Amino acid sequence: MDWSPLWISLATSITATIITLAAGLAAAAWREGRKGPAMALVDGIFLLPLVLPPTVVGFFLLLLFGRNGPLGKLFLRLGATIVFSWPATVIAAAVVSFPLMYLTARAALEQVEPRLLQAARTLGATERRVFREVALPLAWPGILAGTILAFARSLGEFGATLMLAGNIPGRTATIPIAIYFAVEANDVRTAVAWCAIDACVSLALLAALYYWTRTQRSLRARWARR
Amino acid sequence: MALTVQITKRLPEFELEVSLMAASEPVAILGPSGAGKSMLLGCIAGIVRPDRGRISLGERALFDTEQHIQVPARERRVGVLFQGDSLFPHRTVAENIAFGLHGLPAEERARRMATWVERTHLRGLEHRRPRELSGGEQQRTALARALATEPEALLLDEPLSALDTHLRGQVEAQLQETFAAFGRPALLVTHNIEEAYRLGHQLLVLSRGRVAAFGPKEQIFRRPPTRAAAQLTGCKNLSQARMVADGQIEAADWSCKLGIAPESQSAAGRTPAFVGIRAHHLEFAGVDFDEASAVSSGSAARNIFPSWPVRVSETPFRVTLFLRLHEAPADGAPHHLQAEVYKEKWRKFRDRPLPWRVRLAPEALFLMPE
Repeated sequence: MDWSPLWISLATSITATIITLAAGLAAAAWREGRKGPAMALVDGIFLLPLVLPPTVVGFFLLLLFGRNGPLGKLFLRLGATIVFSWPATVIAAAVVSFPLMYLTARAALEQVEPRLLQAARTLGATERRVFREVALPLAWPGILAGTILAFARSLGEFGATLMLAGNIPGRTATIPIAIYFAVEANDVRTAVAWCAIDACVSLALLAALYYWTRTQRSLRARWARR
Repeated sequence: MALTVQITKRLPEFELEVSLMAASEPVAILGPSGAGKSMLLGCIAGIVRPDRGRISLGERALFDTEQHIQVPARERRVGVLFQGDSLFPHRTVAENIAFGLHGLPAEERARRMATWVERTHLRGLEHRRPRELSGGEQQRTALARALATEPEALLLDEPLSALDTHLRGQVEAQLQETFAAFGRPALLVTHNIEEAYRLGHQLLVLSRGRVAAFGPKEQIFRRPPTRAAAQLTGCKNLSQARMVADGQIEAADWSCKLGIAPESQSAAGRTPAFVGIRAHHLEFAGVDFDEASAVSSGSAARNIFPSWPVRVSETPFRVTLFLRLHEAPADGAPHHLQAEVYKEKWRKFRDRPLPWRVRLAPEALFLMPE
């Protein structure tokens, strides 16, 4: 059996999650304390990949990164083709999982007691320090939960990946794509095997999430005022 | 160094409009909850932006709408003790105190840390997390954290209100010690009259965003300049008043004419609107004064009236008497005056025949223009 879909899926999900974590945190931190109708639009754009069908997201990405797309042209000038390559699987997974990271990071940052941030400011801390040394550590449990969700979403990504990265065995064929093409080729045994592997990985993730939220809750309780 | 504040800020219920000056002695800001006390501190600390005005600390302008100056909180060098818990829960006592010392050389940090751990009696607790501390220890850590940065002014927002009674005395002693050594402007917000009196030198009474009184505390308690200041400093007996002759007023709510002392007349200006007397200043014939000699000493300011108790309320050491003047009260009649007397004194006259003769000494009466 060709194990490459497992490694591709893991490598794609891990890379995509790192990108999502950084981008989601940056976006959430930037969005903190900003108000107004423009922000509603920004929120809408950030959350679009969550509400659109993945195939639509994939199609947009294809337009963006294709030979005639603005980003595609840029990469072409650098001598790189994104479409139907491994980076395409990462881009698709990162874009689709971004809203989950953004939402949980914002919720976690909003839960940090404003008094603590104000206290840090009156103690001379710059906004950067307030974020890194007070807001982030206190919001960390929630942000980590968001990271796990984003990883799970990356692992399950199918539609956008197929549109942008296609099915190139050993390069862009992730587990979900391997399952789809196995079923299409009437190879039920392979499909079932990948389904089982996928279920195992997902269960392990959910277990991690469950234990994490439990420790997070007890941490919060211990930090809270008696 | 002095802190001067002159600001206005529109709040949902009223407008906050405050002028104050604080130098080396602590100013207690007294007012009911929702009077704008915390908002005032927030404006000074740089957490809240006033609509208009000016805030300066020593030579530095911290805020000035005319000159478009708005110094961010981190550059104001104003230490704040927040209401409620504001320690960083993920940091130890030592790390909390060190937070504001960022950027100083390591030796200086260690020196200041040791100094403040010592001064706030936190030795041995340096490696604990805030959740492992008692309320008093938490408050002392917050105080050490604010003072270790050597701020040029200190703001304390209800520092004792979240503490149990037995811890309050301990933290209050710490605050007194701190104020004595601080020597820079300090503002302490509280809604507790006695706390304000014990900890403040100057007193600012805030009522619905306005300064109802500002000055030396003894003066404000002796002669509140406004009705709001009288009420908020615990005065129970207030009546509408009007001058009827030189040295004499009519107190409408008490249905009587009262002689007043010349200095209270001049303090209130020409048209007093209210008269007040503190509950513990009422005097009773036979224990506080001798009626025969009071009458012979001058009839103009006798201010002696017959009174009947409507209701009596006891606390462990004192008794509050709700008195009606002039006539025996019918059922459900309201009281005119509240008198507060120690039980020892009360025992001396409680069995005397009614009515009790009560005296509103002219020197204890104060007049207020508004």
